[in-house]
Amino acid sequence: MIATDAPHWTLDKPSDRALFGKSLLINRPRQELFDAWQVERFPAFMENVIAIEPQAKDVSRWTVRAPAGRHVVLINRITRVVPGEAIYWQSEDASDIANSGEVRFRDAPNGRGTYVSLILAYAPPAGALGRWGAKLLQREPEVQARRDLHRFKQLMETGEVTSNASPSARSSERPTQPHI
Amino acid sequence: MRAVTWQGRHKISVETVPDPEIVNPRDAILRVTSTAICGSDLHLYDGYIPGMRAGDIVGHEFMGEVVDVGSGSSLKKGQRVVIPFTISCGQCFFCEKQQFSACDNANPAETRDASELLMGHAMGSAFGYAHLTGGYAGGQAEYVRVPYSDIGPVIIPDDLADEDVLFLSDILPTGWQAAINADIEPGDTVAIWGCGPVGLFTIQSARLLGADRVIAIDHFPARLALAKSLGAEILDYRQVNVREALDEMTGGIGPDACIDCVGMESHGFTLDNILDQVKAQFYSVTDRPHALRQAILACRKGGRVSIPGVYGGFADKFPLGQLMEKGLTVKSGQTHVQRYTGELLDMIRDGKFDMTSLVSHHAPLEDAAAMYRHWHDDQDDYTKIILKPGLEKTIVQNAHAMADA
Repeated sequence: MIATDAPHWTLDKPSDRALFGKSLLINRPRQELFDAWQVERFPAFMENVIAIEPQAKDVSRWTVRAPAGRHVVLINRITRVVPGEAIYWQSEDASDIANSGEVRFRDAPNGRGTYVSLILAYAPPAGALGRWGAKLLQREPEVQARRDLHRFKQLMETGEVTSNASPSARSSERPTQPHI
Repeated sequence: MRAVTWQGRHKISVETVPDPEIVNPRDAILRVTSTAICGSDLHLYDGYIPGMRAGDIVGHEFMGEVVDVGSGSSLKKGQRVVIPFTISCGQCFFCEKQQFSACDNANPAETRDASELLMGHAMGSAFGYAHLTGGYAGGQAEYVRVPYSDIGPVIIPDDLADEDVLFLSDILPTGWQAAINADIEPGDTVAIWGCGPVGLFTIQSARLLGADRVIAIDHFPARLALAKSLGAEILDYRQVNVREALDEMTGGIGPDACIDCVGMESHGFTLDNILDQVKAQFYSVTDRPHALRQAILACRKGGRVSIPGVYGGFADKFPLGQLMEKGLTVKSGQTHVQRYTGELLDMIRDGKFDMTSLVSHHAPLEDAAAMYRHWHDDQDDYTKIILKPGLEKTIVQNAHAMADA
């Protein structure tokens, strides 16, 4: 028993696995958000997900962009669902990257909406150095997951995924594409 | 289209760029009819705002005609609208609390990371003001994309001219919020540092909110004259010790509320400011808060300090002990423009504000580079510049010429 109320993913931990958690306040009812967290809707707000294909009951095959124009395939199984509260998953052996995680939905106080937490653990393919390199290329799962969660919030609160797409005097950019 | 672009420190150019397009359902596209250069644009010009990229389209004070709408916009083609400089979704926790400039959705997932690192939490969003605040193209252009166009835009009746309402985009609500944040009570003396456009609207707002006396501080004669014409008592800080004067004018207790309408680039030949200047050259500090230091020291015990002036990062020699020991209340922040535009439009219609005296120059959009240079170098003559995409190049009109026309 740990004598703290801090979420477990914020504690120091001795492990080679990358563990990451991010919580966001989303100004919508908990059940609505839980219902919207469906695999088929993920490509609408998960930018690096190219495709998600169902393979069997609770198993799906993810094609995800990786650094240097490559892509990786994840085979993930939903292992547990607590209706209205949490969804857990675990990768299968055939997955390119071993990963597991959960998404939690908790009521925020006094009608403020819902705290949505995305907790993700994975084995970085090239260790800590590879993870650092992927972060530089904005293709690291932690960066992706944090941004995807923000896009989910945007979509659920505003009905659209926020974009700064607008003109600039840089010839490499187009006014319909977002820029960093 | 033609657009005013930032190309580097003290480098502004007008370039031909692609037209904006509808990207999301709630978008609208505006044909810009009037756009002003803001004091905070000088912080971009001077290179003090991180996250600018060469080729960015600038400008966050603008209005125009709706020429295209997405399926989720509440606007109609042909409507005249003023656009708040803050981009706000209207539906997040912050927007529902009317803290629109803190909107948690308008800064896209890709650009919010850097600002979160810098500020502790991701910043809100604005037009034409660097990638930390969203990386959106600004309105000093012929056309501009307006996201969440069902939330911010203020629809303008035909009988009001552009010049009557353009400043609803920023400096009028910014001055109004600055005065609201000063929690003015009957009998109050309010001291205002900086008689630029925001300072001038803060003077008017403080008086409308019941301040008995307003004392304005600057050193440019033309700006002080404008402040005086709006009902303020004036102090030229080159002629007097400001704190001594403020004490002597208030029976020794100091002003009840002090408002810093200067921000991060204070002028003035004082020891603390010279040290700040030197440090800022080496980027060891980002902010030169001489005016704010003086405001805190001048304020009466238990008084209020309101900070509409823009700061971007860390400051040195901040009088923290003085703030605490005197029991001051500080309120600050970017303006929650959408919260105030309705009542302010009504007050404009009722003639409560002088919207035009501060405007010294009208110029074509094509002359933006020269206008930025004047705005930076000739602050006594250039008290507010409005750019018009419709005007022909080099037809610069000052207020007197406009009046004669």
